Amino acid sequence: MNKWYEKSGECSDVVLSTRIRFARNMSDYPFPCKLNSNVKSQVANDIKRVLSNKSFANYNFRCLNIASMNRIDTRSLVECHLVSPEFIKKDDSGVVFISSEDNISIMVNEEDHIRMQVMKEGLSLEETYNVADELDNKLDKNLKFAFNENLGYLTQCLTNLGTGMRASVMLHLPALKECGMIEKISSNLIKLGLTMRGLYGEGTEPKGDIYQISNQVTLGISEKTAIKNLNDITMQIINQERNYRKELSKNIQVTDAICRSLGILKTAKLLSNDEFMKLISNIRLGLSMGIIKGTSYDVLNNITIKAQPYMLMKEEKSELTSVKRDQKRAMIMNTNLQNTEIL
Amino acid sequence: MLCQSCGKNQASTHIKKIINGELTEYILCDQCAARLGYPNVFSDFGFDFNNLLGSFFEDSKPQFMNVDNKRCDFCGSSFADISASGKVGCSKCYDVFIDELMPSIKRIHGNPKHSGKIASFAGKENSLKKEIKLLEEKMRLAVKEQNFEEAAKIRDEIKKLNSKENSKNE
Repeated sequence: MNKWYEKSGECSDVVLSTRIRFARNMSDYPFPCKLNSNVKSQVANDIKRVLSNKSFANYNFRCLNIASMNRIDTRSLVECHLVSPEFIKKDDSGVVFISSEDNISIMVNEEDHIRMQVMKEGLSLEETYNVADELDNKLDKNLKFAFNENLGYLTQCLTNLGTGMRASVMLHLPALKECGMIEKISSNLIKLGLTMRGLYGEGTEPKGDIYQISNQVTLGISEKTAIKNLNDITMQIINQERNYRKELSKNIQVTDAICRSLGILKTAKLLSNDEFMKLISNIRLGLSMGIIKGTSYDVLNNITIKAQPYMLMKEEKSELTSVKRDQKRAMIMNTNLQNTEIL
Repeated sequence: MLCQSCGKNQASTHIKKIINGELTEYILCDQCAARLGYPNVFSDFGFDFNNLLGSFFEDSKPQFMNVDNKRCDFCGSSFADISASGKVGCSKCYDVFIDELMPSIKRIHGNPKHSGKIASFAGKENSLKKEIKLLEEKMRLAVKEQNFEEAAKIRDEIKKLNSKENSKNE
């Protein structure tokens, strides 16, 4: 079965995926910044014991120890958004539990003792929240979470106090980008307690016109309200993006760029990741404008993940030089977009 | 040289300010410098400027002079540790340093009162505390009405709940 990052869902012309993350700490231990690796493994063992309870059987969690994994395996987890880039940079005691469908991951000893996240394809904030809420309730029954009546869930960083929840949607916004609207939207979002980031979270460059929007404020606003806000704003951005796309479809230069992009992806023998991300963004745009036929958002999401550098190496089960990677990436595109045509 | 502000103590801090191109200079003693809002000019250099979080604590700097020696007894953090790293040491730190942390919390979130899910153990604790408060109110009323028999009954009830609460905290 395809994983969430290989599928498409609601509003898939603009929204790639939805994610809900909870930060939680156990009150019996100091926060991870104050723990040595021995105590960190105690924390991990406590959580492991809880997750082995019958009530968690349906998630089929597998436990991965970051320290014992190779570079390819850890970085491909980042490319699938299962762990954060910071998490694999830490040298010790990082443990992650991942559900069999890859839609839930629980990072242990990241910034907080527990960072659980639930992901889903397309725009699906409420449903994703419900899954995360259920998991959180189950963990809450078995672990004593650090909590304060006024400050809510206590976290290592002040920015996560309160609900400890970060809800985010990953959006493809080529038309708003083309029209120079991103900066404006981004600064307006800040006023609304939301924030806009690149593809792989904090501090990363937006690639392929993909942006992450998430709630910034976590204290004084309930989970439900935060999600409703994010959903409302996302719907507005989707509508704007669609309107701008309509305008752009009349522009011959844009149509030309889309057609050229398809030509390159179908025939090129070498594709760097940056070039690929730019081209696939055009294909996505072309598909939504009705300029391109013979492919789907599922296929595009699937090949985008497959074309990431460490995913390519994971498939090959060995390190690859950048030329080899570019070659493999081009081959994947040649085969998968074979029947894609210009209308 | 004597402090320009109090004229009593030996000056130890030299402050230069340039506002709209105009230079003003003061020579102050430690106490006057702190009183006038120049608590520790050098404390700035301990901050990691690359760490955005460090800047969240700017407002609290004057206070941290007074609490420098205070440490959390659970994780050993001082407020200086927290503001330098941008990381709170443990859940207890939020009790110990709440006054120092509050300005930053307000700046980040605006509203410093949690709304949303409540951890189950905290919920239980709260309901126990609420019950005790309610009984205490009842007891006061009983005493006022000179119904001492009833008040004694309530007092025993409160005792029971209190011991329950204490045993949970241990």
